[in-house]
Amino acid sequence: MNWTLALPEIVLACVGMATLIFGVLRKQDSTLLCTMFTIGGFLIAGLLVLTRTNGFGFHGQFVADPFSAFNQILILSGAALASILALDWNRSQGIARFEFPVLMLFSTVGMMIMASASNLMTLYLGLELQSLALYVLAAFARDDLRSSEAGLKYFVLSSLASGLLLYGMSLVYGFSGTMDLASLHEQLLQPSSASAGLVVGIVFVLVGLAFKVSAVPFHMWTPDVYEGAPTPVTVFFATAPKVAAMSLLLRVMGTSFASLVGAWQSLVVIVSIASMVLGALAAIGQTNIKRLMAYSSIGHMGYALIGLAVGNADGVRGVLVYMVIYVFMTAGTFGCIMAMRRKGRAVEQISDLSGLAANDPALAMALAVFMFSLAGIPLMSGFFAKLYIFLAAVQAGLWTLAIIGVLTSVIGAFYYIRIIKVMYFDAPAERFDARPASLSFVVAATGLFTGFFFLFPAPVVAAAQAAASVLFR
Amino acid sequence: MTAVTNAAGFPILSLITWLPLVGCLVIMLVRGDEKTVASNARWTALWTSLIVLVLSLVLWVRFDQSDAGFQFNESVAWLPEYKVGYSMGVDGISILFVLLSTVLTPICILASWESIQTRVREFMISFLVLETMMVGMFCATDFVVFYMFFEGVLIPMYLIIGVWGGPRRVYAAVKFFLFTLTGSVLMLLALIAMWLQAGTTDIATLLHTTFPIGMQSALFLALFASFAVKVPMWPVHTWLPDAHVEAPTAGSVILAGVLLKMGAYGFLRFSVPMLPDASVVFAPFIFTLSVVAVIYTSLVALAQEDMKKLIAYSSVAHMGVVTIGIFTFNVQGISGALFQMLSHGVVSAALFLIVGVVYDRIHSREIARYGGLADRMPAYALVFMLFMMASMGLPGTAGFIGEFLVIVGSLQVNFWLALLGGAGMILGAAYMLYLYRRVIFGRITRDDLRHILDLSPREWAVFAPLIVLTLWMGIYPSSFTSYFDATVGAMVQNHTAALAATTKLAGMMH
Repeated sequence: MNWTLALPEIVLACVGMATLIFGVLRKQDSTLLCTMFTIGGFLIAGLLVLTRTNGFGFHGQFVADPFSAFNQILILSGAALASILALDWNRSQGIARFEFPVLMLFSTVGMMIMASASNLMTLYLGLELQSLALYVLAAFARDDLRSSEAGLKYFVLSSLASGLLLYGMSLVYGFSGTMDLASLHEQLLQPSSASAGLVVGIVFVLVGLAFKVSAVPFHMWTPDVYEGAPTPVTVFFATAPKVAAMSLLLRVMGTSFASLVGAWQSLVVIVSIASMVLGALAAIGQTNIKRLMAYSSIGHMGYALIGLAVGNADGVRGVLVYMVIYVFMTAGTFGCIMAMRRKGRAVEQISDLSGLAANDPALAMALAVFMFSLAGIPLMSGFFAKLYIFLAAVQAGLWTLAIIGVLTSVIGAFYYIRIIKVMYFDAPAERFDARPASLSFVVAATGLFTGFFFLFPAPVVAAAQAAASVLFR
Repeated sequence: MTAVTNAAGFPILSLITWLPLVGCLVIMLVRGDEKTVASNARWTALWTSLIVLVLSLVLWVRFDQSDAGFQFNESVAWLPEYKVGYSMGVDGISILFVLLSTVLTPICILASWESIQTRVREFMISFLVLETMMVGMFCATDFVVFYMFFEGVLIPMYLIIGVWGGPRRVYAAVKFFLFTLTGSVLMLLALIAMWLQAGTTDIATLLHTTFPIGMQSALFLALFASFAVKVPMWPVHTWLPDAHVEAPTAGSVILAGVLLKMGAYGFLRFSVPMLPDASVVFAPFIFTLSVVAVIYTSLVALAQEDMKKLIAYSSVAHMGVVTIGIFTFNVQGISGALFQMLSHGVVSAALFLIVGVVYDRIHSREIARYGGLADRMPAYALVFMLFMMASMGLPGTAGFIGEFLVIVGSLQVNFWLALLGGAGMILGAAYMLYLYRRVIFGRITRDDLRHILDLSPREWAVFAPLIVLTLWMGIYPSSFTSYFDATVGAMVQNHTAALAATTKLAGMMH
């Protein structure tokens, strides 16, 4: 059985259940305590991930390797940042309930299983555990029309995507007779075994997962859900689930379907180009900063997918580095967005940032760092994310992708620097309310990471390299 | 890991590069009311930039002029698995640009002493960050490090134009940013391609790497996109007049003095030595664009109503002469281009400061708004005249040497090239003299001009070093050319050798 490989997930799930019981039984409000337990659970799980041995568990259903460890640590970091940000926000919005951290925790357990899945069935179970919690979280501000709408929309569209994924998986199973990723790979090494039905199955799997990473043309839900969901939930949506879905995509394509690169590569190329172009162009007209970030994340997923399109370990390494940098700069940006409150009410228009540099220089500087980083301007971490991706693309000779990628990044830079323009060049608007310390902490930590990544890129890259070497063998 | 085996005995280039950031930190920590903060920020910035200047003079003194390669080398492993290192060094070409940057920065800070009154702290921080980026870019001997500084310049400059600029500053700042970024990202792709071909990004190694001929053309075009926008070459120069007009005086000075040189420096550092065959193929194309730039922008300058715009167009024309010189591939042409870059760096910087002097008093850059300033401001008129003459290329001033050498160099290539490129000198005389007549001579017709004050001691302090430099460069140019003679000689030699090798190869194949 070797169940100890799943110890991080098991411990985290137990912490979740214990927290739930504690929250139910305790008479007073226990949001703070439950959040603390949750973050503690994340920390313990992270330590367990770092110390566990590699290998297959549960009769090959579950795998622990550098790739899963890398993604799980990243998922846990994203989830922890989101829970810290949620604490004060939910209290001030009057939606502070102890279920919130618990739901986040269960969703995180699902994501960790996704990252460790070595069988199509485990993969699907993890995905559904994640999604069920996310549906509830998106609609968590249940008295708010937009939030309920976001939850419902996400539920309907996500179920559709899960259905497509399941359909694809059943086709793959039907035409190959196995659900195990490694045995699929072995089977597909003989070109004759790649029947048309199997390829159709792969396409459906790809579509289902593309929906989860919100790549074009399966991105429609993203702007509405990002805008409607309570902001801490948006932070969560933008970070941890993206990492989990991307790791699934990499794992499935990079192990079982690795030998069929030729069959799915062009599809990924198209999805990637479409995401970059749409992400760059559609964001220009946005006035709501959360919607803008939604389009920005679509674009960023497009860049990350370049690495998958490359179809080798270098490409995967590029994606992994990209995801690390993306998670931290996105969490930081949303931290800044959550600081946009006037008289206790959240404001979300870009114009609300007018003259922030005069009112609150520290916050303006942090947001400027994130914006330059999202735009990929050097010295900021975002540049390195793109560098590794383009490096892999050029090495593989995917010039079209590389050229379109750099040109869309220029278009993208336009709307990022527009935000800096609003903050620095426009006349000051009314001040924002004082920030809670938890928010300042997250913004400062992610800001330092984003601004000073250039000093120590080697450890992250080395870890990504080790993780990537597992795939496309 | 750090290899400190240079003449100074300590990592002097890193110190020069990063010291301004220490100044930034100090400025950030200043507390107090707005006035104290402003005053402390100004003094800290000035002292930091002066210390940097002194350090760069150490570089100037200890530099070995007979060595054509990189000196004061330092290197730290950074991304070892990709053979990318944080490595720095200066050769005869870059050392003069390092000095140009470190000389102009304190001058700019001094020139903004009174004209910048809002958000002084942020202004000084931006300026010191800008200095770090400029110096770092000229010192970098690793392509990736170079690229990071090259693009990093955009951030402080965007803020300087956008926050402290004129009425259309937002448009100008965004245009500046996007134009330059478009070029830069294409260079990034070229960088990656060269990186994969050579296996390293060390510039010294890349200089001795032979790239396949077919690849060279594509690389050349990608690099050209970046450097041509920065130079700027016609027809991608349109961001420059906007940026210059809207930028505050100090911003214009640094833009004209150093930032425009980054493009030409890129051609000299990467395009010509690393891609010799493609450079020869594309030379006629560059010559055409440069000649158009020289003649067309000179004519446009003649028609300008705005002083800054006029000088901005004259910069495009002067930089056209620089690109002609670089692509002649002979010692005179390249030396002339380098000298022209240095002299333009000093002279156009001074001319923007000249405009800044009257702008601070009257708050207008319109030429028609002035007239007869010679009566009230004799010292100003004298200084203006010196720099006007230098801009025209009068013998005895800095401007002459560069243009002369470039014409000599281009005569060896093509008579018409020399003739048309040289036409810029005549047209330059026309628009500069016309500008000078309208601003300085004539009668004073406006009331506020009757009470205008002549140069203040602070302004004298700003102009004095530039006057000395202009005359020094004009009268005794060899104290500057001796720095790059060895490097340029070696570069031309390598270029000829590379071309000969290609021809031989082609001959063998037939």
